[in-house]
Amino acid sequence: MTERNMTCVACPLGCQLTVTLDGDEIISVVGNTCKRGDAYARSEISCPTRSLTTTVKCEGGLHPVVPVKSSVPVPKDKLLECMKVINSVTVKAPVFVGQVIIHNILGTDAHIVATNNN
Amino acid sequence: MLKFDLVVVGGGPAGMAAALRARDCGIKDIIILERAETLGGILEQCIHTGFGLHYFGEELSGPEYAARFIELVEEQKIEYKTDTMVTDISEDKIVTAVNKEDGLLKIQAKAVILAMGCRERPRGALSIAGTRGSGIMTAGTAQKYVNMDGYMPGKKIVILGSGDIGLIMARRMTLEGAEVKMVCELMPYSGGLTRNIVQCLDDFGIPLYLSTTVIATHGTTRLEGVTIAQVDDKLQPIPGTEKYVECDTLMLSVGLIPENELTKNIGISMDRITNGAVVNEMRQTDHEGIFACGNVLHVHDLVDYVTIEAQTAGEGAAKYILGQQVKDPVYVNVTTGNGVRYTVPQMVNIKSKDDIKIYFRVGQIYKNSKVVLTCAGKVVSAKKKVKLAPGEMENVIIPDEILATLKETDEIKVEVAEV
Repeated sequence: MTERNMTCVACPLGCQLTVTLDGDEIISVVGNTCKRGDAYARSEISCPTRSLTTTVKCEGGLHPVVPVKSSVPVPKDKLLECMKVINSVTVKAPVFVGQVIIHNILGTDAHIVATNNN
Repeated sequence: MLKFDLVVVGGGPAGMAAALRARDCGIKDIIILERAETLGGILEQCIHTGFGLHYFGEELSGPEYAARFIELVEEQKIEYKTDTMVTDISEDKIVTAVNKEDGLLKIQAKAVILAMGCRERPRGALSIAGTRGSGIMTAGTAQKYVNMDGYMPGKKIVILGSGDIGLIMARRMTLEGAEVKMVCELMPYSGGLTRNIVQCLDDFGIPLYLSTTVIATHGTTRLEGVTIAQVDDKLQPIPGTEKYVECDTLMLSVGLIPENELTKNIGISMDRITNGAVVNEMRQTDHEGIFACGNVLHVHDLVDYVTIEAQTAGEGAAKYILGQQVKDPVYVNVTTGNGVRYTVPQMVNIKSKDDIKIYFRVGQIYKNSKVVLTCAGKVVSAKKKVKLAPGEMENVIIPDEILATLKETDEIKVEVAEV
């Protein structure tokens, strides 16, 4: 049995979690104050993911860029690769909140969607 | 002169939530005055997610969080003026503002809500020795350059201060291909949220040097490097620990200052620790009918709490306008005991009929401690806390039945104790 300590980042509370492992198998998660903490610990052990937020170049709007986010978190080790794809794209105004800019980026099942109008 | 029941100064998350709640409470005649070109305040440049988890139960980006309130303001047809700068508020609630369209505006208000937010501490406040090459800026300025203007301010970055904006910018610049060499923090702990240290630094292997500061900048036309040094427990640089770090950009994330010039001009009593007004449980200042909420009152960690506080202020202003405030209030001060830097509110009306939530911040990191609330010498609650950190706002509730037993001469105290 091994223990792994981590800080939950599912919300700004930052609960200190302790995960007890038997080999690769998760025996218990303690320290979380909501079920999101449990889920976070499990995914952090098996496949860590992160929400990606950045901007996309935008022509003809109030601002030269429009903010975007990944619709669901992407694998942590693919963040920089995703950035390359996003930075190669230019969209045309008008862009609206929720508009899909890139569909299923790098096969991660995450869409890159606009988070502001421009 | 224009007349409004309620004038809200500032159209960020605090101003919008306050105006909306006042409308819900029956105030029809409301105007929001906003200095920027759109409503939304600082959220417009905070494109990262993490907003709204408490209030909406979902994770939103800054612009998305703001958009929800902007939509409601439009829907409720609450009047607002953007590009409008308030220059003065008089004691009898005449608000003076200027904009290009109306020129000089004078508005007589029945109640005023101060929601001007805060601004970043600038370099001048730090007295760093050295030349004044370009490439030295606050983290928030850099955030606006990157997120709104699509402009990268540098390639090799040193960040001084581990406040949330600094941490967020460390990740943002890394994602955009810059090399973030380090984050230096004067204090022995970070002022940022734990989640941001994990997600913005640890994820990318960016080192955080605690008890370390920048003592000099180098480069004439453009920043070429900085000298860092460790500091002792009196926060003074330790001779012999100096190190030169090559960089073209120094970002400062060294604290936020509530923007209270207007508040001070009115003559409102200020709290020396929060740099905001002293308020009661409805966020009313010592000037009846003038309320304050959001980062102008005290710097918040989460916008969700700004929204909640602003709703309290909005409700308070509405009650004041409608003559529904508790008559002949009796105030008891909330005092700060061991470990507690400040509380908001600083005083409570013991005739209030509701539970009162006292927000506070601690002065250092505490592990396995408890937050003790004492009223009139009796311990009301002692809540165990695994961790208390200066970067995170905490709260404790005074139950209404306890409040009802208090007298004017009693004391309410919040403190941190060992378990």
